[in-house]
Amino acid sequence: MAAELERQGISTVALQLLRFVAETVRPPRALFVPFPHGYPLGRPGDADGQRAVIEAALALVEDENLAPPVLVDHRPRG
Amino acid sequence: MGTTSEFSLPLRAALKAYRWRRVDPVPWTPLRRPLVESRLALVSSAALTLPEQAPFDGSARGGDTTFRTIPGDVRAADLVDRHPSDSFDHAGMRADANLAFPIDRLREMRDDGRIGELNDRHLSFSGTITAPGRLIKRTAPEAARQLADNGVDVALLVPV
Repeated sequence: MAAELERQGISTVALQLLRFVAETVRPPRALFVPFPHGYPLGRPGDADGQRAVIEAALALVEDENLAPPVLVDHRPRG
Repeated sequence: MGTTSEFSLPLRAALKAYRWRRVDPVPWTPLRRPLVESRLALVSSAALTLPEQAPFDGSARGGDTTFRTIPGDVRAADLVDRHPSDSFDHAGMRADANLAFPIDRLREMRDDGRIGELNDRHLSFSGTITAPGRLIKRTAPEAARQLADNGVDVALLVPV
């Protein structure tokens, strides 16, 4: 899906829960999140933590120095 | 990150044996304007839908490759969990759908001036597709075309 969006001119970033899948499939920009399946943005009701995940993901889209495939670990504060 | 140790032994074996499709070369679209001037859409594979939308077909051979269009003014609390898999804990996203469809967070970021605008539609898939041929050939190009026609600059993809 990410590949097709990029082909049609849309910049993408994907959250990822399994490193080996991202390493194999190679989405253009991927942010590994240290959370279990079912919890890709962290904790329910934790607006700050959820926003931090989105900020980290969007930072990969904004960084002009990156080249594909981008695979970065998200390290939540606290 | 998640690990396959969260899953049952048969599922772990299936994930290991599965022929993941490598994308080569990796397509790449640099951000064409600053985020504060960009239009963003959400693409989730957590199978969250509006209550009145058709559920995903958990028995479809190879997985249900259809998607639901989620209106831009939806609140996370309006969404219902239609993900047919019992291989992960659904409690979190049932308590707070922002975990897999962070529309409330994105709206806050737009209101704060971090993101230019949110698209008036977002896409919801069911992440249970084991035979992605139809998705790759037909559904994904069509879904991407819809977002491109809407002038979307950035898509945030969220699995579950």
